Amino acid sequence: MAFRDDIRRTRAIVWKDLTTERRSKAGFSAVAALGVTILVLFGLALGPDGKALQNAAAGALWLAILFASVLAFNRSYQVELDGGALEALLLYPGSRWAIFAGKLIANLIFVMAMLVIVVTVGIVLFDVRIPAQWPSIVGIMMLGVVGIVALGTFYAAMSSRSRAREVLLPLLLYPMLIPVLLASMEATKAFLFGDLLSASGAWVQMLSLFDVIFLVATFLAFEYVIEV
Amino acid sequence: MSPAPANAFGPPKPLHAAFGWITLLFFVFTQAYAVATSPADALMGHLQKIMYVHVPSAWVEFAAFGVVLLSSLYFLWKEDERADLLAAASAEVGSVFCGLTLVQGMIWGRPTWGVWWTWDARLTSTLVLFLIFVGYLALRSFVEDPHRRGQWSAAVGIIGAINVPIVWMSVKWWRTMHQIQSNPRSLSPEYLRGLLLNLAAFTLITAWFIWRRYEAARYERAAEHVSQAAALGGYDG
Repeated sequence: MAFRDDIRRTRAIVWKDLTTERRSKAGFSAVAALGVTILVLFGLALGPDGKALQNAAAGALWLAILFASVLAFNRSYQVELDGGALEALLLYPGSRWAIFAGKLIANLIFVMAMLVIVVTVGIVLFDVRIPAQWPSIVGIMMLGVVGIVALGTFYAAMSSRSRAREVLLPLLLYPMLIPVLLASMEATKAFLFGDLLSASGAWVQMLSLFDVIFLVATFLAFEYVIEV
Repeated sequence: MSPAPANAFGPPKPLHAAFGWITLLFFVFTQAYAVATSPADALMGHLQKIMYVHVPSAWVEFAAFGVVLLSSLYFLWKEDERADLLAAASAEVGSVFCGLTLVQGMIWGRPTWGVWWTWDARLTSTLVLFLIFVGYLALRSFVEDPHRRGQWSAAVGIIGAINVPIVWMSVKWWRTMHQIQSNPRSLSPEYLRGLLLNLAAFTLITAWFIWRRYEAARYERAAEHVSQAAALGGYDG
């Protein structure tokens, strides 16, 4: 049962990464604090007009999540590299995709947890009226975060082991994530303002399509980037 | 690792120069022909002439990125170092033409639309494509190990190319929902002939640029191999 073994490996990596984060707490607190700080900066740049803030809330929230989560992606490999643990991880038997899946799921949980904090603060700071369709917004946030984390985890596997990793990851990642960001921002905005044009359907499809394509592509390509 | 090319440090080949000169002459001819034969446009006047450099630049930019995609796939499949170098050469040339396309578009847009930039689907997605390949080239310059550089940039090149239609689609929808018209143009035959000739000329120029850049990359790699071998004490002339 090779597949079941890989699932167990994946689970072990998720557990290991999350335990490391839980025990050191500083990493998560710093990233979440940065997300909140970015929101405050957006508020200062766009405010203090309440109407303008409400209109910009969706965009500001997504950008804050993006900027803060990029730090999480590099961290996820940096912790391994600092301990010289990546080689050991690669030496263990089993499929490479299990490593990617483990890192991806751990990052997903990390970013979701951060998202809860950032969004809560955003709702307060930007005076967001929570609409009746709020479960749809939660769904969009999940879809958007999956897209961000899939590509982020993939690119960080390279950037964290290159020179100039701080600049390389955003440079590679941000342009690639433009479709995800556009779709997430527009769908969130549509639901926040009642989705009168029923514009959100197309964006949700777009997000799901993006997630599927890039999950498959990164799972296939990860083997090539982690080997060397 | 493929061995260094036999003529790695030989003199430049006469064929290169001949191809280059013929391409240049052909390009001058097609530009002159297009400008001379096309009447002034009813709306744009002679501003329309920028089409003969703008549209071909956009075409060869896509063609060059197509080469990046194909040679990246081939590199991952066969591990042939030459495919990696070809991808690098094409990405450089493609980025230059992508930048040119954007600048020419702005030069045309300023008198036509009254603004240097508009968030049109075509403009925006071209800009995003440009940024994706700037990232690709940055990755190449930040990774020293040739094998690692090849593997990584091939993966980034392929995934970047997959994203091109998705970026296009998303920006188009984004525009559609904001209800701003772009202006489609149809083309009459007296413009078309000049355009097609220039497409051919630009294709030749691009092929020449990529070829020269590829040759240069092979020399660089050959030099790397030699210095590596010398560092290991194994190189004897």
